[in-house]
Amino acid sequence: MKMFEIQPGEYARVRSLEAEGNIRRRLLDLGLVPGTLVQNIRRSPLGDPTLYAIRGAMIALRKEEAGLVNVDKEER
Amino acid sequence: MGLTNQSSGINVLRERFNVKSNLEQPVIALAGNPNTGKSTVFNALTGLNQHTGNWPGKTVLQAQGTFSYKGVEYRLVDLPGTYSLLANSAEEEVARDFIYFGNPDVTVVVGDATCLERNLNLVYQIMEITPKWIFCLNLMDEAKRKKVYINIEKLSEKLGIPVIPTVARKEEGLTDLKEAIAGMVRGELTTRPRLVRYDREIEEALDYLVPRLSSVIGERYNLRWLALKLLDGDQQIINHLQAQFSN
Amino acid sequence: MAMNIKDIYKGLDIPADIFRDKVVKSIYAHAEETAKDVIIRENKRVDWDKKLDDFLTSPLTGFPVMLLLLGIIFWLTIAGANVPSGILSDLFFGIEDKLSALVLNAGLPAWFHGLFIQGAYRTLAWVVSVMLPPMAIFFPLFTLLEDLGYLPRVAFNLDRVFKACGTHGKQVLTMCMGFGCNAAGVISCRIIDSPREKLIAVLTNNFVPCNGRFPTLIAIAMIFMGGALVLEKSTMLATIAVIGMILIGITATLLVSLFLSKTLLRGIPSTFTLEIPPFRKPQVGKVIVRSIFDRTIFVLFRAMTVAAPAGIIIWLAANVYVGNTSILAAAAAFLDPFARAIGLDGFILMAFILGLPANEIVLPILIMAYLSTGAMVELDSIEEMGNLFLNHGWTWLTALCTMLFSLLHYPCGTTLLTIAKETKSIKWTLTAFLLPTTVAVLVCFCVAQTVRILGLV
Repeated sequence: MKMFEIQPGEYARVRSLEAEGNIRRRLLDLGLVPGTLVQNIRRSPLGDPTLYAIRGAMIALRKEEAGLVNVDKEER
Repeated sequence: MGLTNQSSGINVLRERFNVKSNLEQPVIALAGNPNTGKSTVFNALTGLNQHTGNWPGKTVLQAQGTFSYKGVEYRLVDLPGTYSLLANSAEEEVARDFIYFGNPDVTVVVGDATCLERNLNLVYQIMEITPKWIFCLNLMDEAKRKKVYINIEKLSEKLGIPVIPTVARKEEGLTDLKEAIAGMVRGELTTRPRLVRYDREIEEALDYLVPRLSSVIGERYNLRWLALKLLDGDQQIINHLQAQFSN
Repeated sequence: MAMNIKDIYKGLDIPADIFRDKVVKSIYAHAEETAKDVIIRENKRVDWDKKLDDFLTSPLTGFPVMLLLLGIIFWLTIAGANVPSGILSDLFFGIEDKLSALVLNAGLPAWFHGLFIQGAYRTLAWVVSVMLPPMAIFFPLFTLLEDLGYLPRVAFNLDRVFKACGTHGKQVLTMCMGFGCNAAGVISCRIIDSPREKLIAVLTNNFVPCNGRFPTLIAIAMIFMGGALVLEKSTMLATIAVIGMILIGITATLLVSLFLSKTLLRGIPSTFTLEIPPFRKPQVGKVIVRSIFDRTIFVLFRAMTVAAPAGIIIWLAANVYVGNTSILAAAAAFLDPFARAIGLDGFILMAFILGLPANEIVLPILIMAYLSTGAMVELDSIEEMGNLFLNHGWTWLTALCTMLFSLLHYPCGTTLLTIAKETKSIKWTLTAFLLPTTVAVLVCFCVAQTVRILGLV
């Protein structure tokens, strides 16, 4: 599934990135490397962007960017 | 080979960054993620002895100041707050170039104790550029409030670098920080950075590249980092080197 | 020693993308391991930070809280600025009387007294007593929110709207800076990485009223929106009017951004990543000291350096006669027909034109121009100012159009210079001047004509 499909409160692990070039660099720099655990903290009042917990930081990503990250849902 | 006299060479390079210092005035760079209280550390150290401008040729704010400790005056250069030195924004370029080419006597990395892991990304990247750095772990009070406890000694040991816990806005730990800076400038406080080991393939490529770069450039620069940048296809660094060493 | 750097690593063929992935992965693996080894986390029973975040950014409370906070800040600014403003103006005009006596007793010529006391000093006194109190209240309050870490949350709440207009959510942060000073707002656009979105943010920053324009908006709002009512209610109504203006400004920002990203600055929205920092307990004492020294004094000083020479020029224009009209009156008469069409009058439009160096001096210029003596008299109450305006034929429509024009017109000289420096382009600086001016003229024209056709005034 894509990262934006995780629902608020749910966890997932990064499988791969579908981005290239500069966007890929940015996502990697945020710590979105394969194996990273991410949590959807909440969605913005207007539904987008979404706030994720990534490696101890809170990072807001729009649907477009979160859609470039393939994840596997993880039960916790 | 261009620059023969090491120290005057460094000063020329520093002046290119608009950082003017005489040889007796050690240059200290302040790096770190945004929102770590980096500017609080900067203000607490320099007080009113500061001025701001732009980095040459860039619309990126540059702040410099001076502070004295035990009779020595230090020049403090505040680098732009960045999460990384890999993605190519103007801020990251400035921070990276100054640490590498400006060769500060000490680089202080300010980190946020409440989200250490996120800060370590930058820490490991800076460690790759220079061994002369100190980790200033700020916002220790916030961490305590959030019930996050950090084993400072163990962190220092794992990084091979002095780690100074601070609460900059309450001016706690700043004397320790100045003492560490002074010690490192005098050469009494040394580091043994525990660098990231990459995949075998990359380490092999580095082993291949470093001696070859050394034969052309000499030992003046950190060649392992340079080799990493070449492998990364960093066009800017390649052009820079080409310009400096081609004739 | 000729060499080619490329020759050195020619033999190695690790594709850059794969290389980068591996490097970053190793760094993060190290970071994760180190962090795990040195951090001990205790579970807290109640996570107050999360509760606060839920409150500030939830679908239900996110927007009401945002508006409420904005409302409280402006209400405190408007309600709190009145009294110190009066005290300051009493003080300064008391000093003026002494200065006048001193100058006249010393036998200095009348024109000297006119130029420096009635021109330069009075404008300065006006600017300081009108500007200082609201700034000294507004800046610390705003800095407190900034220190707490609230502003990135606003960006998070509003990003979708900005995305729909083809721009970056961080534009909200640059707009917040614009509340203080548009020049500062323009500089803060540096935080937006993509050149296209940065330029849009630069070109539209002006639609957020800066501290130089707040006193104008507040004063006019107090006179015409709440004038007939008792003081507490008039403060409330003035607050609502000012917030209404801000909302109009935000709407203009969004519409013009949308227009730009569909025409001059077409392109797809760039990547959006926004780090939301943890909340910090603001250091109230330090915030107050810092915001007063770094911001209030800075902005005030800038305004004062413009106000003094402007005062001299206005005094000259009002006191040099060609035939039997002053230059000032002649210029106003020339501008009048056009100004009337957009709901203003010749004097108001001229005040805006002469106020190009700094928005703070628009109202002082206007008052000076209206007064037949050619120099500002002592206006120690807002009612007197209201009477002055009413005597010159102001209606609520004049007030509304003046507020709209102030909100939407070209940026001040300092901001334009900053835009020129930041964009390094004459074309974009010119656009930054013409675009808002066109919007201001169009909006004021439509409002004025509609109201007149409907016979509401």
